[in-house]
Amino acid sequence: MNFYLAYILVAVLLFSFTAVFALMAVYAERKISAFIQDRLGPMETGKYGSLQTFADILKLFQKEFIIPTVADKALFLIAPVIIFLAVYMGFVALPWAPGVSPASLNLGIFYLFAILSVETVGILMAGWGSNNKYALLGAMRSVAQIVSYEIPAGFALISALMISQSLDLQEITLRQGILTDSEVIKFLGIVQVQDIGGILAWNIFQAPHLLVAYIIYFIASLAECNRAPFDIPEAESELVAGFHTEYSSLRFAFIFLAEYSMMFLVGIIGVILFLGGWNTPLPNIGALKLAAWTTGVAWGLFWIMLKTLLIVGAQMWIRWTLPRLRVDQLMSLCWKILTPLAFICMVISGVWKLAVM
Amino acid sequence: MLLNKFTSAVKTSWKGLCLTLKHLFAARHSRDVKNIKSSNYFEQQEGVVTVQYPHQQLPVPEVGRYQLDVEIDDCIVCDLCAKICPVDCIEIESIKATEAIGQTSDGTVKRLYAAKFDIDMAKCMYCGLCTVVCPTECITMTSQYDVSVPKMTDLIYPFAEMTPEEIAEKRAAFEKQQAEKQAAKEAALRAQKQQE
Repeated sequence: MNFYLAYILVAVLLFSFTAVFALMAVYAERKISAFIQDRLGPMETGKYGSLQTFADILKLFQKEFIIPTVADKALFLIAPVIIFLAVYMGFVALPWAPGVSPASLNLGIFYLFAILSVETVGILMAGWGSNNKYALLGAMRSVAQIVSYEIPAGFALISALMISQSLDLQEITLRQGILTDSEVIKFLGIVQVQDIGGILAWNIFQAPHLLVAYIIYFIASLAECNRAPFDIPEAESELVAGFHTEYSSLRFAFIFLAEYSMMFLVGIIGVILFLGGWNTPLPNIGALKLAAWTTGVAWGLFWIMLKTLLIVGAQMWIRWTLPRLRVDQLMSLCWKILTPLAFICMVISGVWKLAVM
Repeated sequence: MLLNKFTSAVKTSWKGLCLTLKHLFAARHSRDVKNIKSSNYFEQQEGVVTVQYPHQQLPVPEVGRYQLDVEIDDCIVCDLCAKICPVDCIEIESIKATEAIGQTSDGTVKRLYAAKFDIDMAKCMYCGLCTVVCPTECITMTSQYDVSVPKMTDLIYPFAEMTPEEIAEKRAAFEKQQAEKQAAKEAALRAQKQQE
């Protein structure tokens, strides 16, 4: 009995986390976009408009769910569920703090990457099921984009995995800080830092080419969650709203929820694989045991949230700065630049593992 | 070629990102709500531009040309404003008085009652011609500019102050006077004929 109760509790916790995060992120996005454009953003609902997104979701709950007459009903109805579930299930494998992960999988990153691809199916279903030219175009663009960008993202992740020598996300994180058991961690492959920890032990500093790999992953992840400058699937000025043009009410809310959860998820995957996960950025300096003092369950949760929220902030910053890429530009960036670079990173990772570490 | 493109893309993207970051942090301050006439109006280059109307209001010029207002006591119902109006937004109905009914504040004698003096602010184009032609300067433009109303017809401002009973009474009085005059005229005519 308790066994199942724990399962349900974890699921509810994760769901409420994604929901609260999405609400906060929508508010943050509106505020950041406003400030970047010298505006104020929402100001009237609550102090500084802080209740705006809650009001919005309340409004969405009350709205009628419209199914177009010529839509493929079954596909149209389950698509948002699949889109959201794919992202939501990804949250299960994440290491939130030392020893804290809802499901400790030894194939963690592989599972994450597989489950995230399912979102593509949901998007295609939504676009096809809507029976709307804009939705279909958006869905096709989205699928083409996600399938293409999974390749550089995958290779960038593999180059990190080759350094970490594990697919278990908790294990990968452990090997980037002072809690590692026997592993030798070397800063830039030269200095031993397993007792110093902090920022020096992060994967991007263990092997500097992973910094390039991280940038590749970050760009590809923007494309995977359909965010500007890679938001051609939803390009408002061309496609109304892309694949979710026909959605209204709660199902629209779910698509939105999935979108913002996806931002968090791709951000946190990057943080875990490249930026030390829940490890503290502060190193031990002699008697000042900063790393030891700032490591623990609460600290771990704090650091991973801080890092991920900074990454999500950067995603928003980029969205409100860069113009949308054209489809051909998008593809040429992926296949001509990111994929070869990611390949090179992977080769360097192999050489690094054999020669340096 | 590809490398050049790539480096220029990175460079320009970075430039744009720096620019937006600058604006993001500049949003800590708001620009002051200032009259455009103030000498340093254009010196405020940074910060949030939003004016939070109606909590904040931009100062308007003292002689701003916004909504029309009529001081009906000063009106001699000459109909000039209605005639000059390019969009015909002023509608006036007058009743002749039996005698002079008083004076406006500038000493002009009033001989007409204003039974109806409607200005449709939805039609008004704010040209101000009516205020120019008005001989008694009773029609003016005010600094009132917020005209949000729930119904279009709420934008028709009635300025006449007469009740329907008063209108009927004045009309009857005028008709009676006309009839009396007519009768007097006919009587005079008959008397003339008899003399002949």
